[in-house]
Amino acid sequence: MAEFLKATAVAKTFGGLAAISGVDLSVEEGEIHCLIGPNGAGKSTFFKLIVGTYAPTAGTIAFRGENITGMQPSARVRRGMSIKMQTPSVFKELPVRQNIEIALQHHVAKAELAREEDRLLELLNLSADATKLAGTLAHGQQQWLEIGMALALKPSLLLMDEPTAGMSTEETYRTGELIKSLNAQGMTVLVVEHDMAFIRQIAQRVTVLHFGKVFARGTIGEIIADPRVAEIYLGKTHVA
Amino acid sequence: MLAAVLVYPVFADSYSVGNSAYLLAWVFMALGLCLLWGYAGMLSFGQTFFFGIGGYSYGVLAINFGGGGMTFVALVLALAFAAIAAVILGYFMIWGRIGGVFFGIVTLSATLVLAFFLGQTAGPEWRIGSARLNGFNGMKGMDPLCIPWFGGSQIYFEGTYLYYLVVALLVIVYLGLRMLVNSRFGNVMVAIREDPQRAELLGYDVRKYQLITFVIGSVLAGLSGAIYTSWGQFIAPSSIGLPAAAMPIVWVAFSGRSDLTSVLVGAFFILYVFQMITVESQQAALVLMGAMMLATVLVAPQGFVLGITRWIGRFASRRKTAAEKA
Repeated sequence: MAEFLKATAVAKTFGGLAAISGVDLSVEEGEIHCLIGPNGAGKSTFFKLIVGTYAPTAGTIAFRGENITGMQPSARVRRGMSIKMQTPSVFKELPVRQNIEIALQHHVAKAELAREEDRLLELLNLSADATKLAGTLAHGQQQWLEIGMALALKPSLLLMDEPTAGMSTEETYRTGELIKSLNAQGMTVLVVEHDMAFIRQIAQRVTVLHFGKVFARGTIGEIIADPRVAEIYLGKTHVA
Repeated sequence: MLAAVLVYPVFADSYSVGNSAYLLAWVFMALGLCLLWGYAGMLSFGQTFFFGIGGYSYGVLAINFGGGGMTFVALVLALAFAAIAAVILGYFMIWGRIGGVFFGIVTLSATLVLAFFLGQTAGPEWRIGSARLNGFNGMKGMDPLCIPWFGGSQIYFEGTYLYYLVVALLVIVYLGLRMLVNSRFGNVMVAIREDPQRAELLGYDVRKYQLITFVIGSVLAGLSGAIYTSWGQFIAPSSIGLPAAAMPIVWVAFSGRSDLTSVLVGAFFILYVFQMITVESQQAALVLMGAMMLATVLVAPQGFVLGITRWIGRFASRRKTAAEKA
């Protein structure tokens, strides 16, 4: 498999605090890669470096062989990345359908826009709420709407920061199944998460961050079996 | 409504028609601010800055071109100067990530600097070609807009001619803006207003969209300035300074910043009332403007004209539903 996303010796400091130091990460084409770690490990900071909302203090990030380190987030998105942020980031004062339309209009012809909107709304189980303002949706529905907006871009790499935060168990499970089905269709996925049940459901390879450094990496089976990860992360009883 | 506007000069005296052209000339600036603030979320205090650029540019060019048919070239170039100024100011603000309240502060600062600068140009050394700027007394002597006509005569756009020219331009601008806000570009504009980061993460280069919007809104203010200068053959720094700069905010806030039609109607209405009161007392008119702004913020943050329109719409809809049930 080709190296799809590659971070090399990436570092980020805030004042004197080193949030991320010397992190290497390689995401291969067609995999679901999970980035995990305890609170304060630097997962979200690293995610923002990949997305481009933070600029790294050192190191390089390459996507499909192209150096994207200094690129604006919008330029990264136009190259095939799509992003789901940690907290639901939707246009709250606009109707659900318009949220989807804004995401879709990039690459969908006007004549096909309504049909594509309907397809996505159905996939997200939001058809009945299409005319509601996005801000009036329940938290979990807003998460799904944002996932839908990310999918509307037809990305080759889907980046998700804690996509199931605030979702019910049922919604979390459905989100996992959705990610797996997208991956089965060829989409590469990088997920930042700390919900181990969700990670078990979807992950193929896992990278563990701790104190801003790579602590361990391997398949989901190897990571679960690693007693060091159990010790720093959730406690042995949770991971075992 | 358009029909009423078109037949109005038939029934009104020439002073009223010319005065209506003057009032309508300001509406371009209000529509520009509506686009900037209501649709794109950029509260600009710089509308009179661009009004001044458009007005002074028209004056200087019309004087130096010698009037006649060249006044329309002066108009086009005045709009081009306003656009260039908007690109320069907008570039530094938007690429410098100046947003929110700071956007208002920087645009207001630019406005005050221009008004202050023009105010101290009273000396004879402050001239561009044969056009003297004249400091606080204002620049005068430029020809109104004019086109050459058959037989060597010329048609000056004053009174009824100016009225119809302004109405025609207003219809074009209004329809053009409606098309813009209902287009894909308009979708991105409101997306940026709602959440610039989300818009960026959907692949839109927010800075470019904001700059284009800023230029469109500012050029409309420049158009107001050029028409105003042509109308009165005069422009002074008092049209740019602080009291003038606050006016478009009041017009647009009171009318309903998120709706072009409300602003079109509301701005004209406020200008008309303001002028009526100004005849009696300018201070009273300014106090009324302040009171209207306060009332808008406290009672109808979305704007009175828009609020009333929506209320009438809901009332009519209820009546219709009730009639259908009966």
